[in-house]
Amino acid sequence: MPKIKSLEELRKLREETIKSMRVRKSTSTKITVGMGTCGIAAGAREVMHAILDELEKRKIDANVITVGCIGLCAEEPLVTIERGGQPGITYGKINVEKVPKLIEEHLIKGDIIDEWVISRG
Amino acid sequence: MRELSLHILDAVQNSIEADANRIYVKIREDFGRDKLIIEIEDNGKGMTPEFLKEVLDPFKTTRKTRHVGLGLPLFSAAAKNCNGDFKITSKKDKGTKITATFQYSHIDRAPLGDIVSTILAILCSDKEIDLFYHHQVDNKKFEFNTQKLKKILGNIPLANINAIKWLKSYLKYNFKELYKNGGV
Ligand SMILES: Nc1ncnc2c1ncn2[C@@H]1O[C@H](COP(=O)(O)OP(=O)(O)OP(=O)(O)O)[C@@H](O)[C@H]1O
Ligand SMILES: [Mg+2]
Repeated sequence: MPKIKSLEELRKLREETIKSMRVRKSTSTKITVGMGTCGIAAGAREVMHAILDELEKRKIDANVITVGCIGLCAEEPLVTIERGGQPGITYGKINVEKVPKLIEEHLIKGDIIDEWVISRG
Repeated sequence: MRELSLHILDAVQNSIEADANRIYVKIREDFGRDKLIIEIEDNGKGMTPEFLKEVLDPFKTTRKTRHVGLGLPLFSAAAKNCNGDFKITSKKDKGTKITATFQYSHIDRAPLGDIVSTILAILCSDKEIDLFYHHQVDNKKFEFNTQKLKKILGNIPLANINAIKWLKSYLKYNFKELYKNGGV
């Protein structure tokens, strides 16, 4: 990807991207990362960054969303993955090291990592 | 917290939870006056004067019965430990403004850290918000706001993975420029 230095370049790149992707359907994969105080202190921002890097590396299309505290402070950082209408799976105590495996298993192979799950649906 | 940018993310999270949809983040690194000033202002639901008093004094024993959290006390302590100051002003139903001041060269001052990741985490919020970001290092400045970005992106959401990729590159480049010759 070319370096984007100005918003003008962003505008150009957007047009090119839209042209090249034509009418591709928008992604139905949503990854949510908890960003309350406990999450942030436990490394949620770095986990989110690692998720973005991993998605880029593996060319996976997904929307990454941050949310506030959901009241499970002891399990932070929390990551919920929702795919194509299926109920979300929430993983607890995710750190930067666990991210590649999480993406590999859940998003590429379609396997849930049961030991890391803290809630379903 | 290890980085001031984590405190910023945490404070902005408060603004989002207070239903703000316009959030202003202003950072000023003033080498001449040896100061680092962080301001976060929002148009959220604000606080009553009574509540504000308790937020500023979290070690009152009412802690168990009343919801007084960790975020603001930690931010405040970080500033005060660095020969600095922490102020909150707030008006019910109008909004809130936080000002944290640090002695720039203080040995205990945490680095600003990964401000790009903080901005991206804010932009990926599930809530519909606009961020107005202003950052001055000595006499150089960088500013951007999401209203402009959204206009450029059109129907592509900010949280779209391509949009985030572009933004990361855009922000990284501009911060590198901002910190050329100096800064931490
Ligand atoms: N920008 C704001 N607008 C309105 N109310 C706020 C704002 N920031 C903080 N508050 C109020 O002050 C309280 C304390 O904030 P603080 O960040 O210290 O803790 P918390 O957000 O409640 O919990 P924690 O940050 O520990 O998860 C909040 O619960 C909220 O009621
Ligand atoms: Mg908070």
